[in-house]
Amino acid sequence: MSLESQRLSRRRLLGGLLALAAGAALPPFPARGSEILTREVPAIGEALPLVGLGSWITFNVGDDPLLLEECTAVMAAFFAGGGRMIDSSPMYGTSQATIGHGLATLDAAGKVYATDKVWTSNAAEGPSQIEASRRDWGVPRFDLLQVHNLLAWEANLDTLQAMKAAGEVRHIGITTSHGRRHGTLERIMRDADIDFVQLTYNIVDREAEARLLPLARERGLGVIANRPFQRKRLVRRLAGEPLPGWAAEIGAESWAQVILKFIVSHPAVSCAIPATTRVDHVRENLAAAREPLPDAALRRRMAEHVRAL
Amino acid sequence: MSEWWTYRPGDLLMVSLRVYERLFVLHNQALWPAQWLALALGAGLLLALWRPAAGRRRLALAGLAAAWGFVAWAFLWQRYAPVNWGIRYLLPLFALQALLLLVLGLGRGVRVTASRRAPARWAGLALVAYAVFGHPLTALLHGHGLAGAEVIGLAPDPLAIATLGVAVLVQPARRGWALLAIPALWCLTSAATLLLLGAPGAWLPLAAVVIAVAARWRPPGCA
Repeated sequence: MSLESQRLSRRRLLGGLLALAAGAALPPFPARGSEILTREVPAIGEALPLVGLGSWITFNVGDDPLLLEECTAVMAAFFAGGGRMIDSSPMYGTSQATIGHGLATLDAAGKVYATDKVWTSNAAEGPSQIEASRRDWGVPRFDLLQVHNLLAWEANLDTLQAMKAAGEVRHIGITTSHGRRHGTLERIMRDADIDFVQLTYNIVDREAEARLLPLARERGLGVIANRPFQRKRLVRRLAGEPLPGWAAEIGAESWAQVILKFIVSHPAVSCAIPATTRVDHVRENLAAAREPLPDAALRRRMAEHVRAL
Repeated sequence: MSEWWTYRPGDLLMVSLRVYERLFVLHNQALWPAQWLALALGAGLLLALWRPAAGRRRLALAGLAAAWGFVAWAFLWQRYAPVNWGIRYLLPLFALQALLLLVLGLGRGVRVTASRRAPARWAGLALVAYAVFGHPLTALLHGHGLAGAEVIGLAPDPLAIATLGVAVLVQPARRGWALLAIPALWCLTSAATLLLLGAPGAWLPLAAVVIAVAARWRPPGCA
């Protein structure tokens, strides 16, 4: 056996053990009716679990073997809990390679809804960048490719549409974050042939509710909600506050679950993509995508409560 | 990046504090036991600046130049740039600093102050001494022992701080300022990064810049 194959074997073994440990730490098989909820995306004719997994910062760990295995354990818990969509970007440093490591270790390429982005101002570089990303992930093709942050969006969208027509990607979309360029996004949602939009939506960043989310429903587009916790800031802000009484009504045991339940209970949202490095957090996030979810009246109370804090 | 002015500084961070700390742990593991050699060379630098004969001065500055080149390649390019693509834009500055040290340090007309009555001399020497012997101990502030110690010649912060000390000591002043600019820029970048990461000791590189600039304003006596 070569040194390289020994190294890979040990890595796979460690990853497998971590995955088993993460799986063992999960609660017993969910009782009937408590499985993770899914919602159909009309544009693609498929249902996706309401909570996915982001990778900004959390999976950017370089080639650090310890941190790679921790990320693999997070992915193992994510898949064991019924998660499917993992989102990344070539902008996220080594996150794509980390996901590829996890998928290979867990032999999970068939379980993931592989979501990535094209991120270049020079659209001619798009195909080679996408191919490099695909190699990092180790998947035969992406399920969803998006134009990252509307960067050179017209030319990059042409590339993605051509790839979709050629069967090189299943679905395509476009992203923004931090509430930027919603006017342009709305125009693209009306005019362009896309399947998904990704935008920032949470219990305090609600601008999308006015026009974008209703338009997404009207057009049957999938909506991926990024920055659900404002990169920890929102959860930290709420951490010192007691959970309101209505949290128990929706089965929320933490502020993170309150926030996620608020996001995914909007009927236009297909999936929220919190990022984490911790197995207990990924379990907590997935648990938020179970019944019960708040109705419209409770959603209003939730938003008012948080705004008043 | 469009509308870059709408981003918070923290939005531009690509790595977590844990990943940042682990960069130094892995770097030290890969280079062990080079830390001892680096510390010995750092002590040699301090001695050369303490008694700055022309030959020692040339050797010291040439060694510093080599360290800027090595840190750029071994740490910034091989370890840091993969998790922070912005670092690649700083690499040319490290190469330029190595070149400056060689050209200015080995060229004629450059002196290192030796007057024991000049406060700026002590400030310069103190910066170098801190970089060599004090800065590695800041790893203890992170609570993970010395495994992630940042050692001169292997990691950028102590190297930049030591070079600030050298820049304070070099005469004429114009050349000292030329040597000071890039290490000061790195220290400010590092301080901002550590501050945004919430790392302990973020003020240390910033304090080194303040001390160096203040000392540089007071021209020391020259031997």
